[in-house]
Amino acid sequence: MSQTHAHGRSSGKPKLALYWAASCGGCEIAVLAIDEKILTVAEHFDVVFWPCAVDGKVRDIEKMADGEIRLCLFNGGIRTSEQEYMARLLRRKSQVLVAFGSCAQEGCIPGLANLSNREEIFRTVYRDTLSTDNPQGIYPQPETAVPEGKLHLPIFYDTLKTLGQTVEVDYYLPGCPPEAENIWEALVAVLEGRLPERGSVIGKNTTVCDECPRIREEKKIKRFKRIWEVIPDQEHCLLEQGIICCGIATRAGCGAKCPQVNSPCIGCHGPNEGVEDFGGRLLSALASMIDSNDPNEIERIIREGIPDPVGTLYRFNLASSLLRRSRRAATDGNGQKGAAASKLGAVS
Amino acid sequence: MIKGDKNLRIGVYVCHCGTNIAGTVDVEKLRQFAETLPGVVLARHYKYMCSDPGQELLKQDIMEHGLNRVVVAACTPSLHEETFRRAAEQAGMNRFLVQIANIREQVAWVTDDAETALDKAKAHVAGAVRRVALHQPLERQFVPILPRALVVGGGIAGIQAALTLADAGKEVILVEREPSIGGHMAMFDKTFPTLDCAACILTPKMTAVKNHPNIRLLTYSEVINVEGSVGNYRVQIRRRPRYIKEDLCIGCMQCVEACVFTRARFPNPFDRGLGMRKPVYIPFAQAVPPVPLIDPEACLRLKQGKCKETCVVACGDRGAIDFEQQVIVEEYQVGVIIVATGYQIFDPSVIGYYGYGKLPNVYTALEVERLLNAGGPTSGKVLLRDGRVPKRVAIVHCVGSRDKKYHAYCSRVCCMYALKLAHLLKEKTGAEVYNCYIDIRTPGKGFEEFYNRVQEEGVHFIRGKVADVSPVPTGPGENGSSGLIITVEDTLLGEVRKIPVDMVVLAVALEPQADADNVRRMFGISCSTEGFFLEKHPKLAPVNTASDGVFLAGACQGPKDIPDTVAQADAAAAKALALIDAGQIELEPNTAWIDEEMCSGCKTCIPLCPFNAISRDEERQIAVIDEALCKGCGTCVAACPSGAAKQKLFGFEQIDEELEGILSYV
Ligand SMILES: Cc1cc2nc3c(=O)[nH]c(=O)nc-3n(C[C@H](O)[C@H](O)[C@H](O)COP(=O)(O)OP(=O)(O)OC[C@H]3O[C@@H](n4cnc5c(N)ncnc54)[C@H](O)[C@@H]3O)c2cc1C
Repeated sequence: MSQTHAHGRSSGKPKLALYWAASCGGCEIAVLAIDEKILTVAEHFDVVFWPCAVDGKVRDIEKMADGEIRLCLFNGGIRTSEQEYMARLLRRKSQVLVAFGSCAQEGCIPGLANLSNREEIFRTVYRDTLSTDNPQGIYPQPETAVPEGKLHLPIFYDTLKTLGQTVEVDYYLPGCPPEAENIWEALVAVLEGRLPERGSVIGKNTTVCDECPRIREEKKIKRFKRIWEVIPDQEHCLLEQGIICCGIATRAGCGAKCPQVNSPCIGCHGPNEGVEDFGGRLLSALASMIDSNDPNEIERIIREGIPDPVGTLYRFNLASSLLRRSRRAATDGNGQKGAAASKLGAVS
Repeated sequence: MIKGDKNLRIGVYVCHCGTNIAGTVDVEKLRQFAETLPGVVLARHYKYMCSDPGQELLKQDIMEHGLNRVVVAACTPSLHEETFRRAAEQAGMNRFLVQIANIREQVAWVTDDAETALDKAKAHVAGAVRRVALHQPLERQFVPILPRALVVGGGIAGIQAALTLADAGKEVILVEREPSIGGHMAMFDKTFPTLDCAACILTPKMTAVKNHPNIRLLTYSEVINVEGSVGNYRVQIRRRPRYIKEDLCIGCMQCVEACVFTRARFPNPFDRGLGMRKPVYIPFAQAVPPVPLIDPEACLRLKQGKCKETCVVACGDRGAIDFEQQVIVEEYQVGVIIVATGYQIFDPSVIGYYGYGKLPNVYTALEVERLLNAGGPTSGKVLLRDGRVPKRVAIVHCVGSRDKKYHAYCSRVCCMYALKLAHLLKEKTGAEVYNCYIDIRTPGKGFEEFYNRVQEEGVHFIRGKVADVSPVPTGPGENGSSGLIITVEDTLLGEVRKIPVDMVVLAVALEPQADADNVRRMFGISCSTEGFFLEKHPKLAPVNTASDGVFLAGACQGPKDIPDTVAQADAAAAKALALIDAGQIELEPNTAWIDEEMCSGCKTCIPLCPFNAISRDEERQIAVIDEALCKGCGTCVAACPSGAAKQKLFGFEQIDEELEGILSYV
């Protein structure tokens, strides 16, 4: 990162960009949840690109010098060729690139589609749903010839990747979406130049239990219960009541909001510092709590209580986990032949 | 790019292990490969790395080439990791910067194809190199050993171990559950195969225990809690009230004489119920300590609060009797523990066809030991319950042993004690004695000779399992008979025999004590399937247990006779002494630790620790690991959902890099 671009050239104010890739848009709203402080942001930054809120053109960005943007908050994973292009572009133009929110950090809900592939997704979305009327079975094409010329659509990839799997990311802001306080702290940190070590997650280094006021004992579970099956006791640890609460494995910073209103943590802040595979960690912790030594009983407890293991354990982070995706066919769906997955790191 | 220290200078050593490795793996190609790995500055192969010249080579290189990490591609780390760590340390390097790549057991011995073997060996070496790059120097940690031993159980095993330790000048706390020490041996009249009088050889040892300045004897007491770890165990011992003050009593037995119960009428468990005792009693004449005790269930004063208290009068000025005594709990700190809790005998009443418990003249071998004992209920006369002397006796072998329904194992001592009882019964009564056996097992010193002797004495041997013991049918008008008929298939004659006898002796199995499971949990030891305590290694660590500083002696580890028990007790004492005299013990280097910031105190790990090493600091709301207790098993590390539990030498990054290294060459 070159210091010559430490400040923007035109207004003297540092430049800020925000972008929205494969995500629901909640992160965009979350930025506004900092309330009137958004005015302070506008005062200190020159917002050069924020398609959701202000007018701006990609070609203006393309024309900028490398590193001209001080800070880019990038939400969403990388699902299409256009998103990949924007990720690379913004990476190049920005001094600090933040993977903003769960989708950019770990794939989030869109990442669960890595359990299937482009073919299946298209079939469902463009053909099989009841509300779809597509007798000719037309799927979106990257290139379509019309009398006026050629129309282009981004290529839809077979696999959703995280921002970090696509370009180098400077910081990660966890959450689905990130909490207003954390966003504000990150912005202030950038302005004041007090940034932590590159590559780190801006947030707490402990888990949700740390912020949860519920009373906890040693955990022994005879039956996992779905949330609709019980009205939980208000005071005791939800997990001890058999409700799968991911708080034990999820990075703190949210203030344990969900468990405080009787709703289990579903893991949106991702794994704790240094943990590579959230689902694997959670799984081995839960497995150690099952109160039985009888293999048949254990198998029944899991089968009845966790009908959707991937959706439960990897809800937010399948794309960034060691699993990454379900087994891939011969091509990687991006048109290239899949590289032989010899190394763990090569699976992506 | 390789992770870790920027100034890596890794040396890789490929051991031929004679032809063990070099016969399969091309060691020169492996060496060449190792040389290309990032961070490696030097790679060699050598015929025997573990030999003195091999170690010397390693040391020289460390000093001359300034190596700061070492990988030895050789045999399993359980064999020579210590050797190479020590060598590295002698050359001035931290011993934990050495990593072993096991290319013998995991490659050469299990791979036929040379090319595949080379590939595998490369993967192992690459993994080890990438891993060792991330190793950090670790401090070796030692804990001091308190020079005091706890011996649990005062049978011959506990007595022997306690005396050996005490004679070596160490303090011993000997805890015995019963009112006297002596265990089973104290019940016997004679012992096989030499027929020495049990009391003659045991009593002097019992008295020596009592008088030894280094032994604190706590009878009628039990260990109820054990905390801490090797070197410093804190044990709580519950002492039951005797209602007679041990320090004031001189063992004159006047109280027993004077008791308002003039006749002894309560069954004495030491005599297996064949003899009677008073409410104030001593279990047997040579009991140690020679102090009577009062049974609160029988004593009028303790039961009803009303009695003439003639015992108190008899005791007079000594004032040793104290009806107000209460259970007390004492706490001791000890450095090592010897568990010598012995065995119990199998209860044969569960085998209906032997009639034990229903037919009065069917006895267990232990009851017969009491009948034979000069200090026993019949003063050594073999008398049936109706007072007759038996003329025909059947001894049934393998009762509860070698029987899948009860205990599949052989109890090892029954053949010999059955022969002993046959001899003694014949000697004392002149009876015809029939030994009904499956096999006679006499594999000890002097055992076979003893067997021959008993055969020559005219004892009958019938090879076959007794299928039934029934009373002799009585004719009309007859007043019931105490005679018995045994049915046995004589497999040598090939016929079923019915033999009339008037006494049946059941050679019952030895089995784990009823509370063995609690005891083993308390001391952190494992047990084998049949419930006896498990030694650390059946051949090479027969008196050690899974817990450092806890040793086993005697029949609690498995059925054995007195000579084996005594030998094992001395072995346990020697092991304990070695530890005490070393003064300190090195802790496992690969212990787990909690990254305090990352821990949210969720309590997932606490119940999982097999060594009770984790507790929760309620104030800081985090888990804490007692390093002295941690054995580095990694259970908490694997289960910790927040990644706060970490392990030295098994960091996530280290494991990850090792995997990356291995997988990039497979
Ligand atoms: C009928 C019979 C005859 C035998 N005859 C012979 C023979 O002639 N020769 C021979 O070599 N072997 C003989 N044996 C075997 C012999 O009994 C054993 O080898 C020997 O008793 C083993 O000694 P030990 O100290 O290990 O166990 P034990 O004698 O069982 O002593 C264990 C002691 O520990 C105490 N204890 C148990 N649990 C606790 C606790 N939790 N806390 C405190 N104290 C506790 C018990 O009260 C007991 O005093 C015979 C065995 C039987 C059954």
